[in-house]
Amino acid sequence: MTAVALTGRHVRARAGRGRPRPWLYLLPAAAVLVPMFGYPVYMLGLLSVFDYRQAQVSGGQPSTFVGFGNYATIFGDARFWEVLAQTVGFAAALVVATLAVGAALAVLLTRVGPVPRTALSLAALGAWAAPAMTGSTVWMFLFDADLGLVNQVLGLDGFNWFYDRWVTFGVVGATIVWHSFPLVMVTLYAGIQAIPGSVLEAAGIDGASVWQSFWKIIVPMLRPLIAIVVIQSVIWDFKVFTQIYVMTNGGGVAGQNTVLNVYAYQTAFGSSEYGLGSAIAVVMTLILLAVTLLYIRALHRGGERL
Amino acid sequence: MKRRLIPNIVALVVAFLTAFPLYWMVLSALKPAGEIQSLDVKPWTLHPTLDNFVRVLTGEGFGRYLLNSAGVALTVVVLSAGVAFLAAVAVTRFTFRFRTTVLIMFLIAQMVPVEALTIPLFFVVRDLGLLNTLASLVLVQLAFTLPFAIWMMRGFVAGVPEALEEAAMIDGAGRATVLWRILFPLVAPGLVATSVFSFITAWNDFIFARTFIISAKDNQTLPAALLVFFKPDENDWGGIMAASTLMTIPVLIFFVAVQRRLVSGLGGAVKD
Repeated sequence: MTAVALTGRHVRARAGRGRPRPWLYLLPAAAVLVPMFGYPVYMLGLLSVFDYRQAQVSGGQPSTFVGFGNYATIFGDARFWEVLAQTVGFAAALVVATLAVGAALAVLLTRVGPVPRTALSLAALGAWAAPAMTGSTVWMFLFDADLGLVNQVLGLDGFNWFYDRWVTFGVVGATIVWHSFPLVMVTLYAGIQAIPGSVLEAAGIDGASVWQSFWKIIVPMLRPLIAIVVIQSVIWDFKVFTQIYVMTNGGGVAGQNTVLNVYAYQTAFGSSEYGLGSAIAVVMTLILLAVTLLYIRALHRGGERL
Repeated sequence: MKRRLIPNIVALVVAFLTAFPLYWMVLSALKPAGEIQSLDVKPWTLHPTLDNFVRVLTGEGFGRYLLNSAGVALTVVVLSAGVAFLAAVAVTRFTFRFRTTVLIMFLIAQMVPVEALTIPLFFVVRDLGLLNTLASLVLVQLAFTLPFAIWMMRGFVAGVPEALEEAAMIDGAGRATVLWRILFPLVAPGLVATSVFSFITAWNDFIFARTFIISAKDNQTLPAALLVFFKPDENDWGGIMAASTLMTIPVLIFFVAVQRRLVSGLGGAVKD
């Protein structure tokens, strides 16, 4: 009888007494995450303060502690700043383009009939689902100099889209936006749907244009949602790797299309400068960590509780 | 109705443009070699053929890569589901010291740029003697899918009323029974959704396959193996498109299957 009268909390306290249950359940996760995630994070920091090259990797030579030497090297290298600026600029352009396209289409979705809406949703779903690798190969084929459809349609005989730095960034950027606008579109569309129709209707009766109701009603009401989509896009676009690596064959002509991620990778695995590459990767991680903190704050404001 | 005409047309055009690359991929995969290499490109084909598929699956060993990819992804899914389920139970059903810390760590782990960890992970995998093995990919993908999987499972576990477990325990069921016989089936739909994401992550991985599988070509997975078709002189576009199609279909199927959950999950992050 007494057992029935006990509340759940009591039962749990009794059953769990003396045994560290939660830690037992967390053990498998820890067994994977500590060596394959935590330790590499620590090791990345460690590698970044050592002179670590091919001689140390395979020659068994002792590695020398160089403190912030690698950081001094990369910060003193004009190339690093160029790549950093390029990465930030490219990511910023991608974020703006993704949001503009995604938001415009989300609004469009609210004003069309069921058939166009379904068609656009399905098409977006396909682009969203396509692996980065697949998207890269198809867009490369479309923009191929000789056999590509784009050149044929535009009558550009043999024009190479992957030669000039900015043209290349344009094509790669278009591929990435194609992959990423659906997330923005679907999320914002769901958000707009949640806005009571009467609010938008009232604005319409009061003579508000589409443009006005977008900026004066939809944007303010969706602010938390937009914050999350923006930061998600920033994180996503800042660390893009596959498209750049595959479409520009490892960073473009003379590495002109390198972004931080690919630069770190090539420095480590291409030039066997593992210490330097790690330092670049650390800088990138720190930048993304700062963005992550913004993300958590945005989640918090949105009302998510831990 | 009239004022809807222009938005409708715009939406249909955008839908067409968005779907076009995928259409082009499938179409090119079905085109005979002559049409692919023709300088007069047509947006249709009157002679569809499976030649490209046959060639990539047999000649270039793509069947093998397909199996490797599927094997890695499915192993990751099964392990990730089990491990994430247990961890999610830990952080939702118990209050313990550092619980919030653990949760925040999962959240931060999701944000760590995994590409940045390629360098140290290369050495970890090498020291474990796992370079050139599929096990290395399983381990790494497992680690990268877990934080998200746990984070997502947390919501599903929390959604099951604790009273059900308590009732079972009062009836004399042990912890393990409650966990596997009662809680597990109830969160199964959530587990499926989570698994799809793990599957897609593992299936799409390019950078780790590219880095860890150096010399054992037989152990390559699809995304990295696709590079085989890029030749300095002339790319085998028919083969590349056929391989890309093979790689996209499973993801597309899974994606469509869980898209509703996906959208509500995204909305859920900010809704309440």
